[in-house]
Amino acid sequence: MTTTAPSPATGAARTGPVLSVRDLTVSFAGPDDTVHAVDGVSYDLAPGEVLAVVGESGCGKSVTSMAVMGLLPPTARIGGSITLDGQELVGADERTWRPLRGRRLSMIFQEPMTSLNPVLTVGRQIAEVLIRHQKLSKKEARARAVELLDLVGIPAPDRRVDEYPHQLSGGMRQRVMIAIAVACDPAVLIADEPTTALDVTVQAGILDVLKNLRDRLGTAIVLITHDLGVVAETADRVLVMYAGRPVEQAPVDELFAAPSHPYTRGLLGAVLRPGSRTKDGRARLNEIPGLVPDLRSRPDACTFAPRCAFAEDDCRGGRPQLRTLAGGHRIACHHPVTPQPEEEVSA
Amino acid sequence: MTDRVTTPVLDVRGLRRHFPAPSGSVRAVDGVSLTIGPGEVVGLVGESGSGKSTVGRCVVRLDTPTGGEVVIDGTDVTSLSARQMRPLRKKVHLVFQDPSSSLNPRMTIRQIIAEPLRLHGLASRAEASARVDELLRQVGLRPELADRTPHQLSGGQRQRVSIARALSVEPALLVADEPTSALDVSVQASVLNLLADLQKDRGFGCLFITHDLAAVEYLADRIAVMYLGRIVEQAPAGELFADPKHPYTQALLSAAPVPDPRAGRERIVLGGDLPSPLDPPPGCHFHTRCPLATDRCRTEAPELRVLPAAEPGGAPREVACHLVGEDGKAPDARAAA
Amino acid sequence: MTAAVDTAPVAPAAVAKPRGRASDAWRRLRRNKLALTGAVLGALFVLVAVFSTLLTPYDPAQPDFDHVLAAPSWTHWLGTDDLGRDQLSRVLVGVTASMQVGVLAVALAFVVAVPLGLLAGYYGKFADTVVSRLTDTMLAFPFLVLAVGLAAVLGPSLKNATIAIGISQIPAIVRITRAETLRLKHLDYVGAAVANGAGDGTILFRHILPNATSALIVQATVGIPSAIIGEAVLSFLGLGVQPPSPSLGVMLSSAQPFIANAPWMAVFPGLVIVLATLAFNLLGDGVRDILDPRGGSR
Repeated sequence: MTTTAPSPATGAARTGPVLSVRDLTVSFAGPDDTVHAVDGVSYDLAPGEVLAVVGESGCGKSVTSMAVMGLLPPTARIGGSITLDGQELVGADERTWRPLRGRRLSMIFQEPMTSLNPVLTVGRQIAEVLIRHQKLSKKEARARAVELLDLVGIPAPDRRVDEYPHQLSGGMRQRVMIAIAVACDPAVLIADEPTTALDVTVQAGILDVLKNLRDRLGTAIVLITHDLGVVAETADRVLVMYAGRPVEQAPVDELFAAPSHPYTRGLLGAVLRPGSRTKDGRARLNEIPGLVPDLRSRPDACTFAPRCAFAEDDCRGGRPQLRTLAGGHRIACHHPVTPQPEEEVSA
Repeated sequence: MTDRVTTPVLDVRGLRRHFPAPSGSVRAVDGVSLTIGPGEVVGLVGESGSGKSTVGRCVVRLDTPTGGEVVIDGTDVTSLSARQMRPLRKKVHLVFQDPSSSLNPRMTIRQIIAEPLRLHGLASRAEASARVDELLRQVGLRPELADRTPHQLSGGQRQRVSIARALSVEPALLVADEPTSALDVSVQASVLNLLADLQKDRGFGCLFITHDLAAVEYLADRIAVMYLGRIVEQAPAGELFADPKHPYTQALLSAAPVPDPRAGRERIVLGGDLPSPLDPPPGCHFHTRCPLATDRCRTEAPELRVLPAAEPGGAPREVACHLVGEDGKAPDARAAA
Repeated sequence: MTAAVDTAPVAPAAVAKPRGRASDAWRRLRRNKLALTGAVLGALFVLVAVFSTLLTPYDPAQPDFDHVLAAPSWTHWLGTDDLGRDQLSRVLVGVTASMQVGVLAVALAFVVAVPLGLLAGYYGKFADTVVSRLTDTMLAFPFLVLAVGLAAVLGPSLKNATIAIGISQIPAIVRITRAETLRLKHLDYVGAAVANGAGDGTILFRHILPNATSALIVQATVGIPSAIIGEAVLSFLGLGVQPPSPSLGVMLSSAQPFIANAPWMAVFPGLVIVLATLAFNLLGDGVRDILDPRGGSR
């Protein structure tokens, strides 16, 4: 039973999170070893909130979202809890998932060309979703498709609706993907590197569309990206991941103003900013020495310790738990860089 | 090659690369002129489809220009055959975007870095081996890595190997085509640091091709902005960022996201798409998306003109826009958008 | 002088222990059960082919008219044929003939086809047009029809059968070599080699051919079983090995009249052909995965 009728839990959660992830673990067992791709990720997503999940390649940010979408291969072992509107999704079968995907949960990907069917018009592809999930007639679906194209900022939508994907530019295709994703007014939209394949002048437009959707439809958005500029412009809250584990979570202003985890600081320090070169020459960019750790080991230690300038013995001897600091700032570090008064300790 | 000081390491004049297509030709590069002095880093910035990579490929002669001239260190290489080109290749080297495809997976790191030395007969086997160790150290890698194969290295390490290979024969010019785009943020920083250090130490000229404005600001002395096969503006890096003249440059700079949530800023959102290089618009290529375009822009292609330097003794800058006055007074696309 | 030497502990995820290529391949082969089966069977066939004359319990050509068409027994494990010759001995020697044809034909095909494929793929233009038209013409005929036709023209003998089968395999190998060359020559590392000042020889033999080997080795392991079948067909039709010399095809051919009362005459040679084909095909599939230097799945 997965109708829109609110379950008791949803009623209470109306003002609470729409999506809640608790202690999510995802591992892939190989013949010799197990890769722990995600290890203990927790977050809440409120309606109309944009949460950015940030990290470098291999940090588990995409795997986390595939788990939320129920799109991981059967070989993945998933632990912890994912609740959407109070409904538990970890361990749910395909019959539970199918009506949720595209309707309550939607996703857009980095490469809009491969995500669209080249032999169908964009109108048909949007209409298909509407006919399947909302049981609209063909005519209604087409009219709605034009509205959606307009919503995502495609000029002359009544003409574009009959075009094929190859007739559109990369930015326009990504807008079509967004139109398909929000066709059924989902509660949660997961955007996995939505602008990485696009040019900067196009990227700005796509980010505007996402913010516009959030404002007009109240869609909660999980924005997966490695681009801290995009994060700063778009997100309300940020979750920083490293080697499958969450290291820091904070409101966006807070995170950029007072990054507490050494990894977050390193990441922010490595970003090029305007004015990086002065009359005297180039200032040195900050680097994070070393390499990302092996995800096959799952040490009871801070996984960042080998690369961390602040690491002490306890970092190598005990895994730091996520704890909550002031201002909704959560951090998994024994020696935060800008220590703040602890409010409470949560496991 | 009379005077080493004044001979530019790269002099590109009116470069054209048109690809034949069923209906006409794709004008990937359509009249690009560019000069790089010894030890100078010139950034070539543009979005996908601007033709910036084709310029790079023509410069290293992986592609043959269909018009114009490419002069490397005083030698015109525009129409040299592959065989004639070979001995000149030690003067110019290339670093590719994707380090996973630019290293032969069947060779060891040592073989990869030593190959240019071997091909140009610059070192005996033993000397080459010692040179490889030294080069690895110079790019910040441990010499033990020399006996690994590329897939045993991380992306950042591979890009360092690629840089070591390019510098093994001490070229006068390094062409770097998006050398950091495929890398993670923290790795990007270290590769940029490395390029900056090596450039300072060795003083090679560098054509740095990228879409990343922050990276080009960091590395380049001078920046050329490309749009649809043409250079629309060229200026010393600092001046370009401080005072962009061309409306496209203004839009490009304003669109780059700034990693600071408190930075309030106005973006110039460009309407429409990049026109097809198969059928570029008449007049100024940018007029279809320019918020300031006038009738003249729609019919008459603006030439790249030299503007007076911002300050006495400063380097001159160039712009191809009808709306920029002779005194260098530029329109503000922000106000119009 | 430059950036700090990367001294941090090297993570095994990014930098695997420098393992020898051979031991790495062996590790992956062991994990792939089907490929391992193919490898073991293939090795067995090679051993039998090399040492068959030492293994035969009887003279494979010696008739024994007292034991004509004997069913399998302890004295004749696989029975005897219409002339009372020991079937086991004949099968063993037949494997030698088949393997010899298979390996030599494929080798012949490679020696001719690989340079042609490299030429067509790398230089393109005129060379490509000529080579591609020729291979297309040859590919218009099914492999066996071509082999039979050529063998008929060349005259029946084991040598000519080998040549005919070898020639018939050329177009497929030319195509694969050409396609790999076309793919590889556009890769950045080939571009880098050109930019390094590499000549055509270096590019072809250092950068393109070594990276095409995976595809070619796979093609070889597929080519050997099809050559074995080709030999059997040619011998069956009397265009290959000439009786009384045994070969699997000759045996099948001579079993034909006796299929009803002495089925073992046909079953065992047939079974051996099927096994050989299967073994090399399994091996080919496995080799494809194993030879990928990127290592496939972890």
